[in-house]
Amino acid sequence: MPASGISLYIHWPFCASKCPYCDFNSHVADSVDHHRWRRGLLAELGYFANETKGRQLTSIFFGGGTPSLMEPETTAALIEAAKTHWQPVDGLEITLEANPSTAETKRFQAFRDAGVNRLSLGVQSFRDSYLGFLGRGHSAAEAMDAIRLAAATFSRFSFDLIYGLPGQTADDFGQDLDQALQLARGHLSVYQLTIEPGTAFHRDAVVAANEDTGAEMYEMCQQRLTVAGMPAYEVSNHAGPGKECRHNLEIWRGGDYVGVGPGAHGHVTGNAGTDSIYQIHQPERWLAAVEAKKHGTAKRQALTPDERAEEILMTGLRLTEGVNQDQFRALTGLELGDRLDPGGLEKMVEGGFLVSDDVGVRVTTTGRLCLNEVLRQLLVA
Amino acid sequence: MSTDLSHIRNFSIVAHIDHGKSTLADRLIQMCGGLTDREMSEQVLDSMELERERGITIKAQTVRLKYKAADGETYQLNLMDTPGHVDFTYEVSRSLAACEGSVLMVDATQGVEAQTLANAYLAINADHEIVPVLNKIDLAAAEPDRIKKQIEEVVGLDVSEALEISAKTGLGVDSVLEALVTHLPAPTGDADAALKALLVDSWYDSYLGVMILVRIKDGVLKKGAKIRMMASGATYQVEKVGYFAPKPVDVSELGPGEIGFITAAIKTVADTQVGDTITEDKRPADEALPGFKPSVPVVFCGLFPVDAGQFEDLRDSLAKLHLNDASFHFDTESSAALGLGFRCGFLGLLHLEIIQQRLEREFDLDLITTAPSVVYKIHTNAGDVKELHNPVDMPDPTHIDFIEEPWINATIIVPDEYLGAVLTLCTDRRGAQTELTYVGSRAMVQYRLPLNEVVIDFYDRLKSVSRGYASFDYELAAYAEGDLVKVSILVNGELVDALSFIVHASHAETRGRAICDKLKDLVPRQLFKIAIQAAIGGNIIARSTVSAMRKDVTAKCYGGDVSRKRKLLDKQKKGKKKMRQFGNVEIPQSAFLEALKTDG
Repeated sequence: MPASGISLYIHWPFCASKCPYCDFNSHVADSVDHHRWRRGLLAELGYFANETKGRQLTSIFFGGGTPSLMEPETTAALIEAAKTHWQPVDGLEITLEANPSTAETKRFQAFRDAGVNRLSLGVQSFRDSYLGFLGRGHSAAEAMDAIRLAAATFSRFSFDLIYGLPGQTADDFGQDLDQALQLARGHLSVYQLTIEPGTAFHRDAVVAANEDTGAEMYEMCQQRLTVAGMPAYEVSNHAGPGKECRHNLEIWRGGDYVGVGPGAHGHVTGNAGTDSIYQIHQPERWLAAVEAKKHGTAKRQALTPDERAEEILMTGLRLTEGVNQDQFRALTGLELGDRLDPGGLEKMVEGGFLVSDDVGVRVTTTGRLCLNEVLRQLLVA
Repeated sequence: MSTDLSHIRNFSIVAHIDHGKSTLADRLIQMCGGLTDREMSEQVLDSMELERERGITIKAQTVRLKYKAADGETYQLNLMDTPGHVDFTYEVSRSLAACEGSVLMVDATQGVEAQTLANAYLAINADHEIVPVLNKIDLAAAEPDRIKKQIEEVVGLDVSEALEISAKTGLGVDSVLEALVTHLPAPTGDADAALKALLVDSWYDSYLGVMILVRIKDGVLKKGAKIRMMASGATYQVEKVGYFAPKPVDVSELGPGEIGFITAAIKTVADTQVGDTITEDKRPADEALPGFKPSVPVVFCGLFPVDAGQFEDLRDSLAKLHLNDASFHFDTESSAALGLGFRCGFLGLLHLEIIQQRLEREFDLDLITTAPSVVYKIHTNAGDVKELHNPVDMPDPTHIDFIEEPWINATIIVPDEYLGAVLTLCTDRRGAQTELTYVGSRAMVQYRLPLNEVVIDFYDRLKSVSRGYASFDYELAAYAEGDLVKVSILVNGELVDALSFIVHASHAETRGRAICDKLKDLVPRQLFKIAIQAAIGGNIIARSTVSAMRKDVTAKCYGGDVSRKRKLLDKQKKGKKKMRQFGNVEIPQSAFLEALKTDG
């Protein structure tokens, strides 16, 4: 059954340099033909808009790569087009990911003028040695300047931190948190460093923090951000009341979204059910496809109700609010209680990892820390 | 027509492993024109791939050679190959019983080893005339004089006429043939007496069915005759009679002193027992030949398919192997930890290993082998005696009066410098030293050892403490009472049957602790703390804890990540088959596999 609202994700695949921990679809190009890319993104946006005509647009998110390297004119054109294609909700959230280097901060005002009203900054740390290790192109001082500028320019902003670096202690991370709490305004994303295949860290066999250190840091972070009024609303995301990233929240809840740009991913529900849509990864190949046929879809797959249910549980349980059984029924046509392994459910509830009531299911703080295993217990019967 | 007794010589070659037995056999066959050069593949007598690879003969084989001696007469020489390992002592003794003499072959660079001695004694016990032969005389490291002295001192043989040869180059091999004719006695026997033939070995041939290797003692075995197995009582019609040269040659009959094969529409080798006496049904012999013993497995273990779907394949494969080797036993066994499999009995550890490897190699099966166990005799309070093949079946200790375990007499020959380490090993394994003598610079030590201490990685330890220089041989001695206990392994209070073992009380804690510690590292962390315990009855003797998982959550999950995660979930669903549930704990089968692997 088609949901009324839809979110829009736009992927800008280029970066000034590739960070050694990053396994996202990002590429370093000598030069980017901004006109061609603008036309390409607009073409694909139009293609998907045509398919989802009449839906209400709930959010736009520019991710990457480094979308702050996009020309603000491109951003403006895409936002304009989206607002024309769909019905924007009041106070439409438009987020742009940005890096704190000066080259990009100079354009903050231009992005705001283009319509961006929420900025997500890739700060990662306030310690220069960590920033160097992570291959970031900015210093701690630049990060702080960028945050102040974002605060002055945008009504809402967030920034990212990374913890669990080799050799980092809980105290070291605590100092980053102290600094972050002084600068944050309602939203923070805090990720544990994981070494992903295909990254430079993986090739160099970098060893990130072990399970115990990771858990210690995670627990400290939960505790301090809760006290500071920004409890976790998702595994790695913290916000004050009403300050959550609406775009991601809707996606985790199982809402529909259109993905535009190389490697973007979308979920679109039509009369026949929900399709999972994957765009071509490689930027040049995606662009060529779009220029030829208005879209760069590599694979489009109808999700079975079972798969859809599993995905909603997998993302929904990442949220503090958990999975609402009425919403679950509305999205999948299935009963939440039927989708969970009874033995696993009982074990998880008894063990204090999960709460199950007439609203739905949600993990406890302990359960969230071991969510992969909780999901396995609930879904692998 | 059978050959005149005075022109027959039956002999075996006895040697330590790798001292050149098979090479000499090949050379003898070649010199007597048994095979053309083209047909001559290396070591023709060791036919199975595995035998060739390990240099060990498993099935006894035989070859009839035609030799024209210096006296101008042509002799029939029957070379009886013998199984070359300690596990097959009884089979060796039957092969030797089919001959009147032996070539005792010693590597002139290495000297007397444990199996040289063990096999020489078997030959002496079989009343053999023995021709001592020093092999590898062509090598620079050969020390014929010293080794001869050793043979004289240790084995007690007259070496004045010992031959010096090189089986590899052919040097002196003719002298071996001549010595067989001049030194070995001709067989005796009465062609007119009732048939008495020794069943030396049997195997399954895919064309001819079961083939039986026989040595005729008295009477004549004819094609078409109705024969009777004296131990089993079964009767059969003889279909084919022949000998190997080394290719099979059909004849109409075999007479006294001759060695050859028969086929008689016998379905499985299980119907033929090595050492049995074959006689004629219409005129049976009064008494059977001496020395028959039914073969009894002494080492047992569980064999389980890694993939539960391969259970039927394993059953079929075992049945196929059993066609050719009736000396191992198998029965279905069900284990909570490992699923369905088989409890198997073997003549010894090497036998176990050979069967296991053949199953994996020839039948492409992935197997889990549980720790080998010996056969215990449980004397219950009610006065019964039960044979225990599987620790799982051990009765409650309150019902047990006492337990007996099998002991062996072990002979170890080792260079002096490693003697200390070997003695320590034997003492650690509850051994009692019975003799310590010197063979030149090497020590020969004899120990009484409990077999259950030997089946758990004793060979490997012996090899490692002696850097491979120790040689080992054993014979089963007797059962003796022992302070034995069953140690059970519990995971969160649930019994893991496949890991139970029986051990001497003095070793229970150490072994229990070792397995708890090992499992602690093998069982992945889970949401709940896992207690691993070793227990004797209700008494916990060792424990370890797998602490609860602290953090397992994907940091980032946006957009397409969720589909990737769902695929991981699908994989976990498949992997679930390989998980075993113990209470609220799931243990991957691989953990048991690892736990069993290093623990022997």
